[in-house]
Amino acid sequence: MKKELMKGSHALVHASIEAGCTFFAGYPITPQNEIPELMSKLMPKSNGTFIQAESEVSSINMIFGAASTGARSMTSSSSPGVSLMQEGISYIAAAELPCVIVNMVRAGPGLGNLRASQADLFQSVKGGGHGDYRLIVLAPSTNQEIYDLTMAAFDYADHHKNPVLILGDGIISQMIEPVELKKYKPILPLPSKDDWALTGCKDRQRHLVKTTRLDPPDLLVKHNLHLKKKYKKISDELTLFKEFETEDAEIIIVAYGITARVAQETVHLARKEGMKVGSIQLITLWPFPNKILKKYRGRDFLVVEMSNGQLIEDVKLALGCKGRILHFGYGGGWYPDTDQILTKLRNMKK
Amino acid sequence: MTSQKTLKDVKMHYCPGCGHRMINKLIAHVIDEMGLREKTIMSSPVGCSVLVYDYLDLDVIECAHGRVPSVLSAIKRCLPDRFVLGYQGDGDLAAIGTNETIHTANRGENITIIFINNAVYGMTGGQMAPTSLPGQVSTTTPKGRGANFEGNPIKMCELLATLDGPTYIERLAMNSAGSLKNIKEALKKAFQCQQDGKGYSFIEILSPCPTGWKNDIKESLNFVDKMQEFLPVGVFKDERKNR
Ligand SMILES: Cc1ncc(C[n+]2csc(CCOP(=O)(O)OP(=O)(O)O)c2C)c(N)n1
Repeated sequence: MKKELMKGSHALVHASIEAGCTFFAGYPITPQNEIPELMSKLMPKSNGTFIQAESEVSSINMIFGAASTGARSMTSSSSPGVSLMQEGISYIAAAELPCVIVNMVRAGPGLGNLRASQADLFQSVKGGGHGDYRLIVLAPSTNQEIYDLTMAAFDYADHHKNPVLILGDGIISQMIEPVELKKYKPILPLPSKDDWALTGCKDRQRHLVKTTRLDPPDLLVKHNLHLKKKYKKISDELTLFKEFETEDAEIIIVAYGITARVAQETVHLARKEGMKVGSIQLITLWPFPNKILKKYRGRDFLVVEMSNGQLIEDVKLALGCKGRILHFGYGGGWYPDTDQILTKLRNMKK
Repeated sequence: MTSQKTLKDVKMHYCPGCGHRMINKLIAHVIDEMGLREKTIMSSPVGCSVLVYDYLDLDVIECAHGRVPSVLSAIKRCLPDRFVLGYQGDGDLAAIGTNETIHTANRGENITIIFINNAVYGMTGGQMAPTSLPGQVSTTTPKGRGANFEGNPIKMCELLATLDGPTYIERLAMNSAGSLKNIKEALKKAFQCQQDGKGYSFIEILSPCPTGWKNDIKESLNFVDKMQEFLPVGVFKDERKNR
């Protein structure tokens, strides 16, 4: 099939519309402005809605509304904007509405800078908003993965009735690469939305989308147990990752997103030096691919990320205390390069 | 004869003399009279009326505090032929949700917002609201509003009327049996405005809250009269003929 050169942001927009997304709301923030800009052009052409919201608080609540009607809906932003969305995300997760949220992460904390970062991982996989909830978190590392995972994100959201977060970064968003614009085909059974969507109560009992569960007091306890069961099911069914030269590797680099590509290149260079190094690219960050890490328990691990230490916590949880688990992080914006990682690997060999 | 389908036959939790009770009922009656029930999607806000879905048999979405306008904007855009009705208190609409309120009105979204102004945060126990009157004592203005840089009541109808987006804006007071008829008429106008595709309609109702105001029902009606000194009733915008 034909490939086209395009930015990661544009691949994301094309995939969304191809997957039947009909509602987008967003607020400008670098480095993801290409997403709302292209959405504003393309949505009307496919009879969808584009709204430039007055804030990210408003965009995420528009998604809450659109998703409640059963429409496939999406918002995108970057770190400070996604912080503002946390309230709405908690409500959407509580109401079990499917939708897709995109965070093209930039460096924080605070206003930080515009350079690429992976420092929103905790916010993405450990909550961020209030209450016991989980997001399905997908981390693409190439523009083709952006395209494919974006289409899949809508299916995961509908199938599991849960919000899905696509976690990119400033590089992923801006980088230009060839993308095969595949036709959309659902990868999972998609349950009907007729038994909960708000459409007006014609010829049926009314539907309620709500998140308060006041009375009796165990109503919320029961609902949260239901969510817990759902999250367990998702964890059992959905983990995505890729392995590179792990079989005989003495040291395995663990990374996700753009950093996983630097890791692969480093594996290549390290092998030339005679070091037995492999890498694992994590694609689902929640559910966390524990099993694949456990498979190699006892080997040496190097966790590489664009943050001063977030991914390392989940890797340590997965591996327990066996073997060496070292960290190479780069905080404040930008990625660790192959030279830096190689130096770290050489030191590990000493 | 109109069949009363929207109002459920259950006891309401509202305090004696509370305006929410009557307004919930009026909304049900107007929805039935206009035959809108099966195409209605209504919001319930964070506040005393959060449980409005226990009383009205409609498709309802319960929104986060202040976010009703954004949620409903999206619903209306996705389902343009449905009747989309917002219901909000003063803390919800004029404090935490002011931004959403102004921008939704400015976009001229074809939805209807009913604004229950009881000059107090009822649900959380009677704190100052953005619409509390000068000098009004509340649990967070022990010396009366204004003694500690709290400002004066925000006039939402007047503020929204400065925008080009809205089509119909009216403020009414609930202070007598007769006033209920006016409120019902205003609701009909606003609902019809949306049904005719004419755009954003906004109905503010000055509504008694004896519990929050720590007075009795009779005094609360006098308080609604006093509210009108700062928040006069009337039609602030009517562009229905021009849209
Ligand atoms: C984000 C957030 N902040 C605060 C609250 C607490 N809260 C619940 S109801 C309410 C006040 C509602 O007052 P109003 O909108 O005037 O409605 P009323 O209860 O008077 O009808 C507040 C502050 C909340 N639920 N969410």
